[in-house]
Amino acid sequence: MTEHPYSALARARRVRALVRKEAWQIFRDPSSILIAFVLPLVLIFLFGYGVSLDTTHTRIGVVLERATPTTRSLLGAFQASRYFDVRVATDRRELEEPLTLGALRGIVVIPATFDSDLWRRTTPPALEVLVDGSDPNTAALVQGYVQGVVANWAIARAVESGMVGASSGSDQRFWFNAELSSRFFLVPGSIAIVMAMVGTLLTSLVVAREWERGTMEAIMATPVTTVELLLGKIIPYFLLGLASMSLCALVAVLVFEVPFRGSVGALFALSSAFLLPALGQGLLISAATKNQFLASQLALISSFLPTFLLSGFLFEIPSMPRVIQWITNLVAGRWLIPSLQTVFLAGDVWSLFLRDIGVMVLFGAVFIALAARMTKKRVA
Amino acid sequence: MTLLVELRGVTKRFGDSAPALDAVSGTVASGAITGLVGPDGAGKTTLIRLMAGLLEADGGSLTVLGNDPATAAASIHTQLGYMPQRFGLYEDLTVLENLTLYADLRALPLAERAAAFAELLAFTDLGPFTARRAGNLSGGMKQKLGLACALMRKPRLLLLDEPCVGVDPISRRELWRMVSGLKGEGVGVVWSTAYLDEAEACDHVLLLSEGKLLFDGPPGELTRRTAGRVFRMVGVGARRRAALAATLALPGVIDGVLQGSAIRVVLGPGASEPRPPTEAGPEARLVAVPPRFEDSFLDILGGGPRGGSKLAASAREVPPSAAPVVQARGLTKRFGDFTAAEDISFDVTRGEIFGLLGPNGAGKSTTFRMLCGLLRPTSGEGRVAGIDLRSDTAGARARLGYMAQKFSLYGDLSADQNLAFFAGAYGLTGARRREKIAQMVDVFSLGTHLRMASKELPLGFKQRLALACAVMHEPDALFLDEPTSGVDPVTRREFWSHINGLVEKGVSVVVTTHFMEEAEYCDRISLIYRGRSIAMGSPDELKARAVTAERPEPTMEDAFIALIEACDREAAAA
Repeated sequence: MTEHPYSALARARRVRALVRKEAWQIFRDPSSILIAFVLPLVLIFLFGYGVSLDTTHTRIGVVLERATPTTRSLLGAFQASRYFDVRVATDRRELEEPLTLGALRGIVVIPATFDSDLWRRTTPPALEVLVDGSDPNTAALVQGYVQGVVANWAIARAVESGMVGASSGSDQRFWFNAELSSRFFLVPGSIAIVMAMVGTLLTSLVVAREWERGTMEAIMATPVTTVELLLGKIIPYFLLGLASMSLCALVAVLVFEVPFRGSVGALFALSSAFLLPALGQGLLISAATKNQFLASQLALISSFLPTFLLSGFLFEIPSMPRVIQWITNLVAGRWLIPSLQTVFLAGDVWSLFLRDIGVMVLFGAVFIALAARMTKKRVA
Repeated sequence: MTLLVELRGVTKRFGDSAPALDAVSGTVASGAITGLVGPDGAGKTTLIRLMAGLLEADGGSLTVLGNDPATAAASIHTQLGYMPQRFGLYEDLTVLENLTLYADLRALPLAERAAAFAELLAFTDLGPFTARRAGNLSGGMKQKLGLACALMRKPRLLLLDEPCVGVDPISRRELWRMVSGLKGEGVGVVWSTAYLDEAEACDHVLLLSEGKLLFDGPPGELTRRTAGRVFRMVGVGARRRAALAATLALPGVIDGVLQGSAIRVVLGPGASEPRPPTEAGPEARLVAVPPRFEDSFLDILGGGPRGGSKLAASAREVPPSAAPVVQARGLTKRFGDFTAAEDISFDVTRGEIFGLLGPNGAGKSTTFRMLCGLLRPTSGEGRVAGIDLRSDTAGARARLGYMAQKFSLYGDLSADQNLAFFAGAYGLTGARRREKIAQMVDVFSLGTHLRMASKELPLGFKQRLALACAVMHEPDALFLDEPTSGVDPVTRREFWSHINGLVEKGVSVVVTTHFMEEAEYCDRISLIYRGRSIAMGSPDELKARAVTAERPEPTMEDAFIALIEACDREAAAA
């Protein structure tokens, strides 16, 4: 008795055959292993060790306009901070030249009126902070750290004198990343980059290769349907993407000691949701180009770079121009990275996760539908 | 016998260019091999893809296995076997894994597998290689595996798209034998090919040229059209190339090609038998021979190009020299522990055509590239015009012209930009450069196509342009890598008329080919097999070595197969 070629069993068997074929290829093709496991490790080590957005030992100048016990104590707080290397002056003009030359990153002026401001308590004592705006990231950090140092100094003073409550303008504490280590948000963020790479770059390459080698054409002349064909690609690369993600997460926690405060389930749910648009985009690119070189270029430009630049991974979205901010909404990674950082550094915040998962699944559905339309069992 | 495919005025175009298929009608019957015959760009692949439901026709209609492929591709695909060009195999998968994949895709029930695999493996002789990856199989074995995958679950219609490209003649014969066996089981086979000798072996032929159907019927019917008009001129003296040129100028002659030391001549309808030209020498005479498919194809196309080569007429005479122009001395190339070419030695004298003949992967391209200075030999030396390629590669290259496979022109540059570039690359400047470019445009009649991007040129013009770029600097030696594979017979004849003319002026030519027809143009041939030269001699000498009682007049292909088989027997005995 012959089996009908479009029975559910025959369909399932075809999908299984395609998945198994893909798995054989992945494990035998060194370039798949390279993209799925070696490059992710290189990336994560690069972000773990090589790239740091932290400022420690930043050279600043402190201008002490009038030396009093209070102002000297505040100066001492700056000098004790590991964030700063302090050069002291009594007149700001002494420090302006080093600032313009870049020898100093900022100048803190403790004004002559500091003591009286503090005692009057009507207004927070006004410190003047001059920063080198040519490097906005460092400038913002210097500003933040200065505030932090002043706040800590004020609290310590208040506790000392029994006057709890006396405080300068802001009370700044960093939650969830108390040590303010950029590694802690870069490493989870780089997991998104890795999944974009496996999901979009690798998938578009392997499908384009099938077009180039003529295997796609041969497969299309068999009873395989478009849906089976796409499932045969999505399932293996979905699993491979999760495997790369797991490897990176383990390295993040075990090697870089990034805290993991959320649940493994949430991590997998978020990653799975992100892989749908990533895979869909890869399939769409390869169906449209049918050429490995073009596919890799398009994947880099349309997936890897936006995930890098427009997702909030390296650059703060709120500090981008409004138009660009709007565009970031179309980048799937932008919906993953905040949740991913949250699941590592804060814990499970399902209200945030569910919204992001919803958006990513929606993107995924659109991409996969487009890819299916483009593939349609036609060679040209 | 039932009709499996019916084509009714099928038209397909891509973009704004001329249609790839122009109102083609015809049929494919069960239990027969239907040849889709024509040069590259004729529309063969497009037609096969339409039958496979992988493309949609723009005009006309077609019925495949009782269905319209545009709307019911799925039901066609359950009864169809398709082997695309390059066989469609997964190179990272083993023989058995490829078979299993196609068995799953075609829903071959598990219970039937063992028997089906055993039958296919026996049929293709791949039994001992089931664990080998497809990427590590030879061209012939890949082709057999591709066929086995396409035959999974016994299709009613089998589509083979140029199954013999890049495959050695031995594997080609085996494939014919295997596919012919399928006819008896009622399978309808569509076999596309650019080789006209394969057309003769088909039961039915659809002859295509530039998207148009030129002939529909049994090949013998077309071949018979030139019966009584085909002759062999034998006893031709030493100047066979000059004799060919003179023969083509005779009244009534529509086509002529070299066949070793003889010349094959086709006359126009009603023409009387001409007298051999004086260039052919006093001994020359015409002997009537049976026509071939190619003779009649040329007849339909209005004959081959006549009149001599304008290129040769304007080319300079290479000064006589006693020393060989190209010398290979023990050329050896190893890639890791693989020896691609071993101890290859030969000389090419002034005005000689030397052929490197062999299956793909045998080492002929490696040898060739070492002699052009493109690849550094592991040991041995090569010289062009007496200049050692190792010590003065640039100096040697200035003396040679090179035409790569598939014409290495800059596709996005126009024809005149390509000419200007190659003139510059060969160091032609100022007035001399303008003069040479103008000459090339004139002799190759490129004037009408100068502004066209070269990738969009018709194939014949592309080939002319590639040749123009290779000969502009008047080289002493010309290196041609598979120069006419896939081109139509008229273009091939035109090409060789230029080469023959240049050789008469003293240019030496080294040519690689796997095309037996082209081998006949050579003065001497080295047969390359498994990295070694296994035989060397003139085409007639090599053919003489394959004469047997039952085969008194072997073709070049017979000779090739006999010599390779002898080599394999020796290797097995040793």
